[in-house]
Amino acid sequence: MIAPPRVWWKPLGQLERSWLLIGLVWCIFLTAMMPIWFFLGRQNVPATTYRATPEQFQAQVNAMIEQYKVGEERGFPIVEPPPGSDVFIQARMWQWYPIVKLKKGETYRLHLSSLDVQHGFSLQPMNLNFMVLPGYDYVVTITPTTAGEFYVVCNEYCGVGHHLMIGKIIVTE
Amino acid sequence: MAVTSIAREREHAIFRTCSATGLKVDLAAERLIIANAVVAVVMLLIGGIIALLLALTRWQAIHLLNPVWFYRLTTIHGIDMLVAWIVFFEVAGLYFGSTVLLNARMVKPSIAWFAFVLMLVGGLMVNVVVLMGGSDVMFTAYVPLKAHPLFYLGYILFAVGALIAVALFFVNVVVAKAEGRYEGSMPLVVFGLATAGIIATYTLLSGALAFVPAFFWSLGLVDNYDPGFFRNFFWSFGHPAQQINLAAMVAVWYALAFLTVGAVPLNEKLSRLAFILYIFFINLGSAHHLLVDPGPSFAWKATNTSYAMYLAVLGSMIHAFSIPAALEVALRRQGHKRGLLEWLRKAPWREPGFAALVVSMFVFGWIGGVTGVTIGTEQINMLAHNTLRIPGHFHATVVGGTTLAFMGLTYYLIPLIFRRELKLKKLAIWQPYVYGLGMALVSVGMIAAGLQGVSRRHWDVTFTQAPFQSPVPGTVHLALAVMGIGAIIAIIGGTMFLLVVLSSVFTGKRQEATSVTLVVDPPPFLGYMSEKEEKDAQLQPRGTFVIVLVFLMFFAAYYLSNWWLLGRTWMVR
Repeated sequence: MIAPPRVWWKPLGQLERSWLLIGLVWCIFLTAMMPIWFFLGRQNVPATTYRATPEQFQAQVNAMIEQYKVGEERGFPIVEPPPGSDVFIQARMWQWYPIVKLKKGETYRLHLSSLDVQHGFSLQPMNLNFMVLPGYDYVVTITPTTAGEFYVVCNEYCGVGHHLMIGKIIVTE
Repeated sequence: MAVTSIAREREHAIFRTCSATGLKVDLAAERLIIANAVVAVVMLLIGGIIALLLALTRWQAIHLLNPVWFYRLTTIHGIDMLVAWIVFFEVAGLYFGSTVLLNARMVKPSIAWFAFVLMLVGGLMVNVVVLMGGSDVMFTAYVPLKAHPLFYLGYILFAVGALIAVALFFVNVVVAKAEGRYEGSMPLVVFGLATAGIIATYTLLSGALAFVPAFFWSLGLVDNYDPGFFRNFFWSFGHPAQQINLAAMVAVWYALAFLTVGAVPLNEKLSRLAFILYIFFINLGSAHHLLVDPGPSFAWKATNTSYAMYLAVLGSMIHAFSIPAALEVALRRQGHKRGLLEWLRKAPWREPGFAALVVSMFVFGWIGGVTGVTIGTEQINMLAHNTLRIPGHFHATVVGGTTLAFMGLTYYLIPLIFRRELKLKKLAIWQPYVYGLGMALVSVGMIAAGLQGVSRRHWDVTFTQAPFQSPVPGTVHLALAVMGIGAIIAIIGGTMFLLVVLSSVFTGKRQEATSVTLVVDPPPFLGYMSEKEEKDAQLQPRGTFVIVLVFLMFFAAYYLSNWWLLGRTWMVR
């Protein structure tokens, strides 16, 4: 709060030097963890993105439903695309559409996009979260490692019905 | 060595001399500080009342508000707290630092009043527009969710006003130097505020880049506004705006350390280096919000989210050591030399500024800092993005940290700037502890709920009216109850603060300050250490070194356990 003495450019004390060094090492470790996990870890942030207008994306969703529909639940079609295929899930106020059925241990290219405002894809209870933006087709390459019923919550505020927006993903053995 | 580039006889500033500190106070600056601080506290009051309503809604057992009002008030809460309260207080702080601490004058009070009016009009405009309905878009206002044009205009007016205030800070500092108002280097507190000012400049410009097109888009003059573009520029405003708080708060920490125990920085070079690291790297933090966005590559996200190798984090780690170390050395020099921690036992725990400093540092560092670095890690962010862990993190930093530090400083502005007697001292002694405990519980409750996947900004995590119900374990309800109880305690702490401040300002006896401290005797001022003292083994901050090592172990444990959690979820790339 007061002006320092005229010459304040002084060497660090021993404890200060030690802490600075420990801090620097910790920061380098924090930095290194991200590329290490990128090469060795099995959970990495998807980077594949395409441009897609709402009309284009909706057409792809409808084509997929036509081809792979296996049932219906509460008005939502259930689709079961083959392993390795492209799966399209559309977000709009206030639903995730359609319900998809996946096989445990198989890999799918999940395409996420919005027809209106921004939404948040939040897979529960696995707790994996991604942004869903209109105009962007975000490709999440996913391999379910557990079977059961999973829910897709919207976790980006999208209007007054935000808390009604929930979808479903079924994973079979 | 005084340089008189501007003739002193042409100035109209009228100074008084503070009887407690001997500093010269420009009365025009004093009026501006008071005006900005008063509006800040009123905004805190509004935001605080709303905070209680929101917490009692998210506490599922109570679920107070209906969805429309929940989302509407969440919007106002975010704007009034994150922008209005904090920035108004920071403007007061910037004027205080650039005039009072430098014995200098407010160069252009009329422009400062103009900035004040712009900010006030902008802030009120946003509040009124949101309350009228139709603009429930949250603090973030993500395009293409559309609000009323006046919503964006209010934001812009506020930002322009703040930008002018920041410019005036720099003008004051430069003129003070030119007029020879102070000798040598500027004090560290002012240096920290200058850091905040530099960060504020590019932050507010980014805000303009996000909101000016949004304004034209809301008027229908622009057809398409790319949501990814908006997110990038919004967060170049939204996150660095909190880094202004960080820099200003650290400056306030140094100020409180000086006021309450007479602590001076151990090594000016190191403390200033830490601020410079903030200036260069902390703006990259805007990437924290884009980590699971479509678009950017792995490398872009990793580089930016790490603030280029966590050098801004290094800045915070430096302060985490150097501020407690300054306290320790000051107390050791006052004779509390025994063992590792005698100084801590003998510290002035009853002094509100000291309590606010310690609690603020603890909640900010141990809860806010650790969780922030962790959720800002690219891959770990997949587990945290838009869950309650995010507000859990920033309620620890901005509220438990910054707000509490600012509250602590406010107690000292009452005798020194408002020149009133501090009333209800007993409440002031307890207030930092009550408020800190409440906010710590709020944050921990939110983090615990978020770890279990509970969304932020969500009216009903049980989905009672939705087509499907995802199961909600009992531990989620427990975590939300902890948050709710914490909020009630924090509101009690906030009310204590307001009672002390309002009763002092309106009913306190008018008097000149006689002491810089409020409860305990003023600390002996020993100044900077002599070379002999620097070599004295008993004056080394050994206790602090042990404390920061324990902190680092806690940090590492939390950070690594998150990687472990990530490894258990589905495979994704």
